[in-house]
This record gives sequence, C-alpha cells and structure tokens, in this order.
Amino acid sequence: MKSKKILDTVIEKIIFCCGILAIVFVVLIFGFLLKESFSFFKDYGIINFVTGKLWYPTSAPPRFGILSLMAGSFFVTLGAAAVAIPLGVMAALYIAEVAPVSIRDFLKSGVELLAAIPSVVIGFIGMVTLVPLVRTVFDLPTGLTAFAGSIMLGFMALPTIVSISEDAIRAVPWNYKEGALALGATRWQTMYRIVLPAALPGIIAAVMLGLGRVIGETMAVMMITGNAAQIPAGIFEPVRTMTATIAAEMGETVKGSMHYRSLFSIGVILFMITFCINFIADLFLHRMKR
Amino acid sequence: MKYICVLFVSLLMIAGCSKPHHGRDLSGEQSLQIKGSDTIVNLVQKWAEEYAKEYPGVVIGVTGGGSGTGFAALLNKTCDIAMSSRAIEDKEKIQAAQNGVSPQQFIIGLDGLAVVVNPENVVKNLTMDDLRDIFMAAKTNWKDFGGADSKIVILSRESNSGTHMFFKEHVLKRGNKKGPEEFSPSSLLMPSSQAIADETSQNPHAIGYVGMGYLGATLKSIAVARNGTAAFVEPTVDTVLSNTYPISRPLYLYTNGTPGGAIKDFIDYGLSAKGQKIVRDTDFVPIVH
Repeated sequence: MKSKKILDTVIEKIIFCCGILAIVFVVLIFGFLLKESFSFFKDYGIINFVTGKLWYPTSAPPRFGILSLMAGSFFVTLGAAAVAIPLGVMAALYIAEVAPVSIRDFLKSGVELLAAIPSVVIGFIGMVTLVPLVRTVFDLPTGLTAFAGSIMLGFMALPTIVSISEDAIRAVPWNYKEGALALGATRWQTMYRIVLPAALPGIIAAVMLGLGRVIGETMAVMMITGNAAQIPAGIFEPVRTMTATIAAEMGETVKGSMHYRSLFSIGVILFMITFCINFIADLFLHRMKR
Repeated sequence: MKYICVLFVSLLMIAGCSKPHHGRDLSGEQSLQIKGSDTIVNLVQKWAEEYAKEYPGVVIGVTGGGSGTGFAALLNKTCDIAMSSRAIEDKEKIQAAQNGVSPQQFIIGLDGLAVVVNPENVVKNLTMDDLRDIFMAAKTNWKDFGGADSKIVILSRESNSGTHMFFKEHVLKRGNKKGPEEFSPSSLLMPSSQAIADETSQNPHAIGYVGMGYLGATLKSIAVARNGTAAFVEPTVDTVLSNTYPISRPLYLYTNGTPGGAIKDFIDYGLSAKGQKIVRDTDFVPIVH
C-alpha cells in the first residue's frame, strides 16, 4: 500500500519536471540570447542596429544595420500571408462544411502530409521549378525573389492554417447554422454570414500561428529569395531575411566576436517578433474557447 | 615575390619530410576533421578518398562551408586542418593567439577565379575596371558592355567565403585592404559556388565568379584584361601559371602548430606527385610538377 503511494508521488514529480522543463528551456534560451546581444547593443548601439540599412559584417569597419533584413522578412511574410490565408481558409471551409466524409478524411490527411515535407525539400523544389518559372513568366532579371519565397512559404503555412481553422469552423454550434437555414439563407450565405464570423477568432489564431512558422522559416527562404541585403522596392526583388542571415553566417564567426554577437542580437529581435505573434494567436484562441 | 618565398619554404618542407611513416601511429583507427573553403572541398575530398585507399586506418571527414568557417573551426579547435582560399587575416591571427592556436600555412595549389556568364550572353571580354563597375552596380545594364538591353544580376558568395573576400580585395579594392569599395547591396549572396554556377547556367542576365574547378559547358567564362590597354586573357591552367590571367590566387591548408602523425602524412600526400596530379585533374593549377 505504502509503496504504491511512494511510486505515485515519484511519478507525479517526474511528470511535473517534464512539464516545467519546456518553460525552463525557453527562459534559458532567452537568457542566453540576451546575454550575448546585450554587450553587442552596448558596443554598437541598438538604434544603429535597428535603423541601419547596410549589412557588411566582415568589412572594416563592419556595418550591422538590419533594417533591410527586417524589410526582407516582412515582405516574404506578407506575401506568404497573401498566398496562404485565402487558400487556407477556403480549404478549411470546404473540409469542414462542404466535403462529404470520405473526401474530408482524404483531404485532412493530405494537408497534414504537406506539413511533414522537410523545408529543405520545399526549398530545393522551389529552386529548380518555381524560380526559373517566375523569371520567365514575369520577365524578371532573376527569379530568386521575395515573390518566389512567398509562394513556397505560403504552402508551408497552409497545414497550420487549414487544420486550426477547420477546428474553429467545426466548433461553431449547430443551432447557429440551423437558425440561419431556417430563415431561408442559402448554404453559401450561412457560411459567409454566420459560420465565418463566428469562427473568426479561431481563424485569426490559425493565421497567426501559420505566420509564426513563416517568419521563423530558414532553409527554404535561404535557397530561393536571393539573399540580397537591400530594402526591396517590391515583391519582385531579391531580399535577405533575418533567419537566412543567421543561418548563413553563424558558421564563419569566431565565438565572442562582434559579428557573432550581432547574429544573436538578430535572434533576440526575431524572438520578440514571434513571441508577439504567438501571444496574439493565444489571445484569440482563448477568446474562441469562451 | 611573397608567394614565391612561401612556395619555396613549403617546397623545402616537402623535401624534408616526404617519407610517410607506416606503422605505430597509424596502427589504430584515427580520424581527421578537415573543414573550410567550398572552392577546394572537392579537391581535398578526392585526396581523402585516394589517401584512405593507401592508409586504411585513417578516417577523414571533409566538409565545406567557406574559408571563414574553416578558420573559425580551427580557432575553436573543432577541426584538424582548415582549407582556405585566402591567407589568414591579422584579426584571425590575434584571435588564434587568444585561443592558444598557432596556425601553420601550406600552399597546395593555385586557382584562377573565373568570371562567368550564361552561354547566351554575347559579352566576351571585360576589363578589371568593367568588373568593378558591374559588381559595385555603378553600371547596371548589359548594353553598356555590348550585350543585350537588360539588367545585370550580380551573383556573389556569402561573406564567409574566401572567394568573396578574394574577389572583393582583388577586383573591387585592388589590393588596398582599407578601401571603401563593397559589393553592391543589390548583389545576390549565394550559399555555395555550385549555386552560382546553377543560377548562371539558367539565367541569361546573371554574372558571377567561381573557382576554375566549377567551369563547364553550361557556363561561359569571361576573358579579363588587367587594364584598358592590356590583352584579354581566358582563365586556363597556363595563363594562371604564367600569371597573365589577372584574377588568380594560391590555395591553402592550415594546421594548428607544426603537424605530426596522420595530419602531416595527409598534407605530404597532397603535395606529392600523386596529390598534385589530383590538383590538376580537378581543374586547379599544381605547384609541384
């Protein structure tokens, strides 16, 4: 009897540790990022860092301006949103409301399979198929543009957006729909006027989580956006994202150097952006539950 | 002159220690980590394969990433040999001293940096000044150089690449290391030389630079003239050896301190007649004949 109780408490403690570990890791990672970036901000100045347009980390004197990198991330994310939101929400609507059961299961597993494709594979496929296509179709000097990156990243955000939006749409109570249909609304009117607004908080959360994945994505963007550290004049220009900069340059830096610490500082900015996005998503998810 | 001196010293080294030891220190399983320049990664990989046939007890791992990556690994003591397409910088020497590493240099061959365009591009010859104008985006249209009326797409390597540094110092800054010249911010930074070759072979607007080892039928190399009055020279083994091709450079291996054991044997192998034949086979220029 007693030994059973001891086992119980031991297991309870182990589970508690596992649960708390995730938070411990986040705090440690953030602490580590802050420690490396703080001394950099002291040396270079946070204003110079955030508002500088030139990124020449290995020149003499080095320049660490990440405005163009932030603009790059922003353009790619915006483009991916334009691709993924209409596609994702429509697909979720179809799966939740229109599709017959057999097709629904098939579609759901198909969309989930899309999430399982490694990003380097998506990047590679984009590089050999989409990039030459974008160049010839739009008659551009090069296909390695924010536009090509946006399309590929839009596909990567789709699974998140579809599956969470679909949950939100299905969570809309039946009596809402029955009420609308009883009043003589067509199926499309019900979906457009009743179901979508009711599921909106969940859909916004889905979009936010999808975009959180896009902004943190590295491998695919590094392969297809061209990596030119300039403020783009439009979506058809090459851009360099914050994540690609960290990934491309981390290997070269000597531990503790200015360049090394500047990459951690980009990490801090990125962490803050994704934190905000996830926080907003969380707010909407909670509102949906209530 | 400086290069000749270094060459001579490294030749002396080979002469002094060209007999590889067998036995004791190679009896156990040994592993060598080699890291650095993407330009010579294929060459050193080939050496490693051939070397492993003769000395089966040694396991050699060769990875690329760029010369800067190689030096960073040597300084962080995570590799035995760093491959580089540029000499070590003063900054890196200071960092090495701080980390208790004393880099030792070996020249293993020469490389001509080829400026490449798509075979559809009609432009054949450019001077060093033209190249500087192109890569700094002072002139941005191919018609300025007798080509089609289209924008020039500049392809460059990432800043951790020795190729990037060499091209910047040699073509943009003309040896003046403190010069203000930089690659235009609109240049596309490609993750590898292969990526530059791939994009150039499918994009008629592109111009890039790669080591001679990457030249093939899908790329057209530009003949380069030192100045407006000099002759235009194609990058070939002969023009690099005779120093008439203006953009060429030595290729290096670096070790921590004077190497011994398997590290020394491996470098000796690379500098032997067999190793230098592989240098030639991979389209670089050997230093030992």
